Amino acid sequence: MAGELSGAAEPKMTMEWTMKLGQKPVRRWALRAGGAALLVWLSACSTTRLDAPAPVEDRRPGSSAAAAASAASGSAGLKGDSAQGVSETRVAPVDLGAQGSAGSSAADAQARAQRVVYFDFDSFSVKEEYRGVVEANARYLNADRKRRMLVEGHTDDRGGREYNLALGQKRAESVVRAMMLLGPKEVQLEAVSYGEERPAVAGNGEAAWAKNRRAELKDNP
Amino acid sequence: MVEQNNAGRRAALKSLAALSCLAGPWAWPLAQSQFRVEISGVAATQVPITILKLRDEDKSPQSVSAIVRADLERSGLFKLVDAGAVAFDESARPNPADWRGRGVDALTAGSVARLADGRFDVRYRLWDMVKGSELAAQAVAVPREDLRLAAHRIADEIYQKLTGERGVFSTRIAYVSKSAGRYTLWVADADGEAAQVAVAGPEPIISPAWSPDGRSLAYVSFEARKAMVYVQEIASGKRRVVAGFRGSNSAPAWSPDGSQLIVTLTRDGLSQLYAMDRQGENLRRLTTSSAIDTEAAWSADGKSIFFISDRGGGPQIYRMPAAGGAPERVTFAGDHNISPSLSPDGRWMAYVSRQAGAFRVALMDLGTGAVTYLTDTADDESPSFSPNSRLIIYATRSGGRDVLMTTTLDGSIKARLGAPQVDVREPVWGPYGR
Repeated sequence: MAGELSGAAEPKMTMEWTMKLGQKPVRRWALRAGGAALLVWLSACSTTRLDAPAPVEDRRPGSSAAAAASAASGSAGLKGDSAQGVSETRVAPVDLGAQGSAGSSAADAQARAQRVVYFDFDSFSVKEEYRGVVEANARYLNADRKRRMLVEGHTDDRGGREYNLALGQKRAESVVRAMMLLGPKEVQLEAVSYGEERPAVAGNGEAAWAKNRRAELKDNP
Repeated sequence: MVEQNNAGRRAALKSLAALSCLAGPWAWPLAQSQFRVEISGVAATQVPITILKLRDEDKSPQSVSAIVRADLERSGLFKLVDAGAVAFDESARPNPADWRGRGVDALTAGSVARLADGRFDVRYRLWDMVKGSELAAQAVAVPREDLRLAAHRIADEIYQKLTGERGVFSTRIAYVSKSAGRYTLWVADADGEAAQVAVAGPEPIISPAWSPDGRSLAYVSFEARKAMVYVQEIASGKRRVVAGFRGSNSAPAWSPDGSQLIVTLTRDGLSQLYAMDRQGENLRRLTTSSAIDTEAAWSADGKSIFFISDRGGGPQIYRMPAAGGAPERVTFAGDHNISPSLSPDGRWMAYVSRQAGAFRVALMDLGTGAVTYLTDTADDESPSFSPNSRLIIYATRSGGRDVLMTTTLDGSIKARLGAPQVDVREPVWGPYGR
């Protein structure tokens, strides 16, 4: 794959791509997401980047969304450049997650605005109802490899502080793993824990405890 | 350091102090209640002692005799007898028969004089009224800010002469308070008084740990938006990060010789134990489980490391050789045992055990494995042994507040410390010497 992408691609980025492909099997959608991200990067490389609150869903070259992104970035005249820079053998990856909600970017923005995943007692697994939160934030990170997020794990206040710090860490790691399955790189995510030290809700009883067993997703500038 | 002339009394005191409490716990405020110490329970026998006001102590910033009385009273082993209007200093020769007639077995008198250089000359004598002999006599010159310490040292000396055990009144404790969204790590006298700020800020502070030489504190601070371990020199305030790896860094534990720290790191994905030198260098991993391993605590001889692990389901306490080797499980009663603290004499382990939903301080005899539960409260945390292995300080919830308590090893004498209006937690007892 090296050398196929001409133009402003940084050699380092391309080599890393190639190395990853060579070393281990890479999920197709991850490839597509990465390739799409690369194309977005190329299209925006002259002056401005995409702004955070308006995630672009479908980044295949020639798609209306990609064209809209190029226009939004203010890089006049680049609309067709990404297409011209793509080789004839290259297959443009499609991110099924992105495509699925291409027609509902509002829903995606809302899911991205939701930054909390709640957990059952003594549990670390991400429940199905929070899939959307994980996916929306994963897409956000995929859109720009310079973006980073912190995932903070929390527990309710029952029990010892150090053990709760470790439990909160497990919750954060669980969310990070779920996100990394969708494409974000390890360097973009860090799992940390506040244990029981930063409750969202004060008080005793399951109503309060349930609101404190959580992982919060935060931008990490 | 057994003294022949008091061996009998000391032996009696030791065995009596080890007995369980009698008629149920009850509390009364100290006569000198400026220290806000509340004691419940009482030993079966107490030494009746009179501590006279030191001559001219009212002219100095601290009431030395009041501090001595409070220390001895908190131990539960002394009954303070008021002498009324009697007043004399260390140069007197009190009549033993007079004092035995008042029911007093021991007597202290002394003086405080201000020196030309601004220091204070503190003198006292301790008499055994049963034998009619002098047990101790001391004179020491101290700067003003060490007057409290001088009083605690007098209490230690009296305690040692009359019980045969080394006193801990002149040691220090560290603890964390939370008030109006602000977290403060304090260093205070063992009576909870004269607290000074070591570090304060808007982010949580947990898990303080004294270096064995008493000069530094390791602790976990969230000021960098995640848990990191800092080591701070108490006298200078100089501090540095010793563990700031990826993820959370916590639970610092000093080796008994002060050369190493064990910390809990999540840099490899799960909470595991790592050792490093006290500068934070030479990191090596100690545990390799796929569970949570944390809360390391060294045995007093430095040969074993105790820690908690949930590799068997719920968290339990394990022990492994410090030089490396397979951990073996230590706690078997209950499904949730955490926060081990080892006594300096190597005989005991205090920890927190969840029993019927309540978190209570438990004590294990390491020789026999027998376990006793020391409290009736439900939210205990952070037990820590005094350097003479005779007392345990811990935090609990009382009257809607987080408070600090000390207890004797049989649970019979408990004292509450600290300002009652502030939530205090995470106490840890410092070593001998300052």
